[in-house]
Amino acid sequence: MVEISFFLYFAVLTILSSIMTIGFRSPIYCTLALLSTLLHVAGLFILLNAEFVAAIQMIVYAGAVLVLYLFVLMLLNLKTPEDFLHKQVWVALFFGVVILIEILIGLFKAPFFSKPPVAKSEELAALGNTAEIGLSLFNKYLLPFEIVGMILLGAVIGALVLAKKYREADA
Amino acid sequence: MIPLSYYVTVSTMMFVIGLVGILIRKNFLIILFSIELMLNAANINLVAFSHHFGEVDGQVISLFIITVAAAEAAVGLAIIIVLFRRKATTNVDELNLMKW
Repeated sequence: MVEISFFLYFAVLTILSSIMTIGFRSPIYCTLALLSTLLHVAGLFILLNAEFVAAIQMIVYAGAVLVLYLFVLMLLNLKTPEDFLHKQVWVALFFGVVILIEILIGLFKAPFFSKPPVAKSEELAALGNTAEIGLSLFNKYLLPFEIVGMILLGAVIGALVLAKKYREADA
Repeated sequence: MIPLSYYVTVSTMMFVIGLVGILIRKNFLIILFSIELMLNAANINLVAFSHHFGEVDGQVISLFIITVAAAEAAVGLAIIIVLFRRKATTNVDELNLMKW
């Protein structure tokens, strides 16, 4: 009972603030709505017993990425025009609803909902969530982990090269 | 015990909201926000299924997604800054240099 009410709170607030993220006129309000979305998604993660991912969600997403977005927003000093929505808005909303219904119908025909949930094995449950993720990350997923490091390095170099100001003589 | 289907429904709705956001907004930054929404919807799905099947793999992959989203934010914001320096706008309708 308590669990389902927490779930309802987080789910409804997630959906509402994602609608606000795309609905507000001012980009600053949109950023704050996105922050609220990310924090409520972290709440959903905690309900799913994924404490480590919830913490990372809050630290990396809400703490780092959102601050980066806010910095750029402040830097650009945008003025919001009256017509901030595209003229294809009704078409987009219609097809959004159609795609939503289609995905839901497709999902609920899928076989995995009828299967009962699998309980965690005893030894894994004794380890705790963070230790479990660490073991999996550095054994089974070691190569993807290294590749993700390379992706981050590429992103850092790419962002630097893109945003660098070239002098006239170089251009 | 909350059924898996509830989480999947929430994540589907969030994904479609992100999709609609990409289609209806003109501001480049909000389009990046919508992409973040869609990535987060995928994360909810991964963590929900990882809980359902009692495995930790989904959570590991959602960590990878968070990393890729951070990289995407860095590169996307760099592109926005360069564009703003050239054209002084973030309206995607005015950024049509490469069209046709």
